[in-house]
Amino acid sequence: MLALIDVVLLAFLAVTAVAIVRLRDLFAAVMVTGIFSLLSAGLFTVMDAVDVAFTEASVGAGISTILMLATLAVTQDVEKKRWRRRFSPLALGVVVVTGAALVYGTSDMPRYGDPDAPIHHYLAPHFLEHTPDEINEHIPNVVTAVLASYRGYDTFGETTVIFTAAVMVLMLLGGAATIDRRRPGGGRMGANVVLRASAKPLVPLILLFALYVQFHGDFGPGGGFQAGVIFAAGLVLYALVYGPDRAQAIFTGRRLEALVALGVLIYGGAGVAGIVLGGEFLDYDLLAADPQDGQHRGIFLVELGVGITVAAVMTTLFLLFTGRGQPAPWEDRVGESEGTP
Amino acid sequence: MRLAQARRTGRWTTMSLADFMPRLFGQLPAIQVVLPMITAPLCVVLHRSRPAWTVTLAVLWTSFAIAVAQLQHALAYGTMSYHVGGWAPPIGIELRIGPLNAFVLVIVTAIAAVVLSGCRAALIDEVPESRHHLFFAGFLLCLTGLLGMTSTGDAFNVFVFLEISSLATYGLVALGKNRRALTAAFQYLVMGTLGGTFFLLGLGMLYMVTGTLNIIDLGARLAALDSGAGGVNRTVLVALACIVVGTGIKVALFPLHIWLPNAYTYAPELVTAFVAGASTKVAFYVMATFIFRIFGHELAFGRLRLDAALLPLALAAMFIASTVAIFERDVKRLLAFSSLAQIGYMVLGLSFASVAGLTGAVVHIFNHAVIKSGLFLAVAAMVITTGSTRLDALAGIGRRMPWTMAAFVVGGLGLIGVPLTTGFISKWYLVLAALEAGTWPVAVLVLLSSLLAVIYVWRVVEVAYFQAPPEDAGRREAPLGLLIPVWVLAGATLYFGVFTGATAAVARRAAELLLGGGL
Amino acid sequence: MTLDPGLYNYWIVILLMMTGLYTVISRGNLVKKVIGLNVFQVSVIMFYVSMGKVEGGMAPILVEEAEAVYSNPLPSVLMLTAIVVGVATTAVALALAVRIHEAYGTLEEDEILEKEYGAAGPGAADGPVDDHEPG
Repeated sequence: MLALIDVVLLAFLAVTAVAIVRLRDLFAAVMVTGIFSLLSAGLFTVMDAVDVAFTEASVGAGISTILMLATLAVTQDVEKKRWRRRFSPLALGVVVVTGAALVYGTSDMPRYGDPDAPIHHYLAPHFLEHTPDEINEHIPNVVTAVLASYRGYDTFGETTVIFTAAVMVLMLLGGAATIDRRRPGGGRMGANVVLRASAKPLVPLILLFALYVQFHGDFGPGGGFQAGVIFAAGLVLYALVYGPDRAQAIFTGRRLEALVALGVLIYGGAGVAGIVLGGEFLDYDLLAADPQDGQHRGIFLVELGVGITVAAVMTTLFLLFTGRGQPAPWEDRVGESEGTP
Repeated sequence: MRLAQARRTGRWTTMSLADFMPRLFGQLPAIQVVLPMITAPLCVVLHRSRPAWTVTLAVLWTSFAIAVAQLQHALAYGTMSYHVGGWAPPIGIELRIGPLNAFVLVIVTAIAAVVLSGCRAALIDEVPESRHHLFFAGFLLCLTGLLGMTSTGDAFNVFVFLEISSLATYGLVALGKNRRALTAAFQYLVMGTLGGTFFLLGLGMLYMVTGTLNIIDLGARLAALDSGAGGVNRTVLVALACIVVGTGIKVALFPLHIWLPNAYTYAPELVTAFVAGASTKVAFYVMATFIFRIFGHELAFGRLRLDAALLPLALAAMFIASTVAIFERDVKRLLAFSSLAQIGYMVLGLSFASVAGLTGAVVHIFNHAVIKSGLFLAVAAMVITTGSTRLDALAGIGRRMPWTMAAFVVGGLGLIGVPLTTGFISKWYLVLAALEAGTWPVAVLVLLSSLLAVIYVWRVVEVAYFQAPPEDAGRREAPLGLLIPVWVLAGATLYFGVFTGATAAVARRAAELLLGGGL
Repeated sequence: MTLDPGLYNYWIVILLMMTGLYTVISRGNLVKKVIGLNVFQVSVIMFYVSMGKVEGGMAPILVEEAEAVYSNPLPSVLMLTAIVVGVATTAVALALAVRIHEAYGTLEEDEILEKEYGAAGPGAADGPVDDHEPG
């Protein structure tokens, strides 16, 4: 049964990918990319990678789509038809050769699902067996244990990557000034009663759910990343319906910059604490008298750091992209509304 | 004095807080990477330009000091392994500091510190003051990525830090005044991301057949894997191709170099000075580490004949790039193509897979970093005076900015490989390696390409000294804040060209380790 | 060379990778290129996740049962990082695209080349030093 779902999902993915290449309407292409991400999330679930599925759904289908749509709204573009080079034989040649080489490379790979594959007999058994005693017996999600502790240095790098993206986009799109810019005609969506009525209870629920995901990551799929993205999604929804000026009142450019940096500093601080207390960088055993408590505290801290930074970064990115450029034509009709927001 | 103390105790393990200094030295591998990594968000929080700059500069010079300490330790005691989080590899991630990567750490931190010391004079007007703190954060992040890539002993970790430094570089390049900087940055981003993704793919294949991510462990397991089977494992072969393509894009090896000329030309001069001196070098280090430490000399060169692929590409880079440089009318673009040729030399050395070849490649990492960064800093000074990097705008600059142009000439001589400059020792080892390998035509080609360098360096010298400056132009030497870093690097070009012992010895040691056993 | 049907997953994933790669190199619209990069990256993620699956296994969240079979947690961990890297790259790429559109008025590569270099083609003399930063 699962194999059938797997095959079908892959087939759908292939169709979607081809559609993406061919679609010239960029809005449609972006939407189909979102569908592609969602299908991949489904595929990951089938393959037992639930944390990855969760993250792909929120990040790939969520944030990436939002950013692309914001870019299109600011640039208002449609991929133009180029009569001469619509079909590029050189590109196709490169792609076919590369693909063939890769397929050739698969011939010595262990088959899909093979329990005797090398990777299942070396590091993985250690993680699965020793998480209860080396990390903490109350953290059944081994992925969280590996992510936050065993390979915590990688995750620190990952947090820094998203921080770097925020710094770069801030630098490119005008920094705190763009975030704080007054936007003309904001909040017209709030004029629509249905949107207003449904957003109102949804936003706090989304934020609550984000907190749940943040702290539940030890027990099930979840953790700082997904939580940060969901939290930002709640804020974005609020900004879209009620107008970004309300969001700007709380989240000024400077505060967002500080929050973006804060998460990384928390993570780094937890790591440096390990050195100060006599161990190595990111050694959580020393953060409490009992190493298990120490690990738990360490994981809690770093996940919190990740969550704060990610939530701040995603909100910052949204406000930066939407703060740039002229509003789209359909937003231009200031003052025209069925009621007051 | 403290180092001597540590040598007497002789051990670098963790001790009680009473023995603080030895403990501190034991934590240096982590501190080296984490210090700029934490300072970047700190700069963002500080928000104002002056404090951010002061903190950044202090951290950069401290990083240089740390790197020097690590190099001294590595040369005296050999490779040090640091277990992040207290987890032993391959369960956890380890940092491994040996002579080769400690050498690269020293080079990268030195270039970063020297270049940024000149930034108040050169760059600051290009970036609006409200965003200076973001620039410094970006600079620190780029450095963090490079340091992380160099220090780590875990292959996936390399990818993570590679992306940190790449993302930072894309943004920094886009800061150039000319709007072409934006498209240059975008092109760099697309190619760089493709490279990073191919790297990730190749790494996935390696992980798939071995089950580990630790570099040393991968090497051991791959060797065990291949000794059994008859032919070469196909997945390993394709993995090698993916890794070489991925790192090849980052190193800008011909024909994957297309992003480099535009990126170097349109980025702010200071950014180019840093990136040209550091980024491609670290990418080259990663390439060499993967080829020699993971795939192994015997597999990569003996069975898979990687040299048959790399040698012609290196030669093509050397000749085609040098030739294009001759016809360039913008000095930055000229230097960019020169860089492509120099990268060709490094890859040539690598393709010989011999002690002499690798020594030449490694010592050229140092030499080219010092030479190129110095040259780009000199160009930065010229831009301040003339406002342009076009060769015809630089007429007579030798008389208007004598010190700056003199430094440029020193760098140019280094590019050519004139004795008494650092460039000579690299060419020496490359020719030696070619002769050892029995391919004396290659040795002749190395010398011929140096002649091409003479031509393009002469073009700049001729315009600078033998053409009259515009009438209204007076003598306007570069501000001291920029002139000093320029001459630090030019001085290094001369100093290490005369006293070649230190760099050559380190390079030789690194080469032997790469071919033989350790990291 | 035997082609084991157990490798079907990987072949489709390679097809998806190549579709993404093709979009990047053949399409001239900058946003399309970013989308292609995304598809390429997600496909590589699928590759990693595929190798982690164990037949008859379950998600690596420990349960009480002693004999439980789990799929491999490590590829999941690595790919969480890869997804982050992907979105970070997308964000920076799109920011550059927005700035390019502000500077050139278009997102099509050939139109940009024409506006910048005219008929002379790339490598021609530098255009006007254009302070494209609106401040």
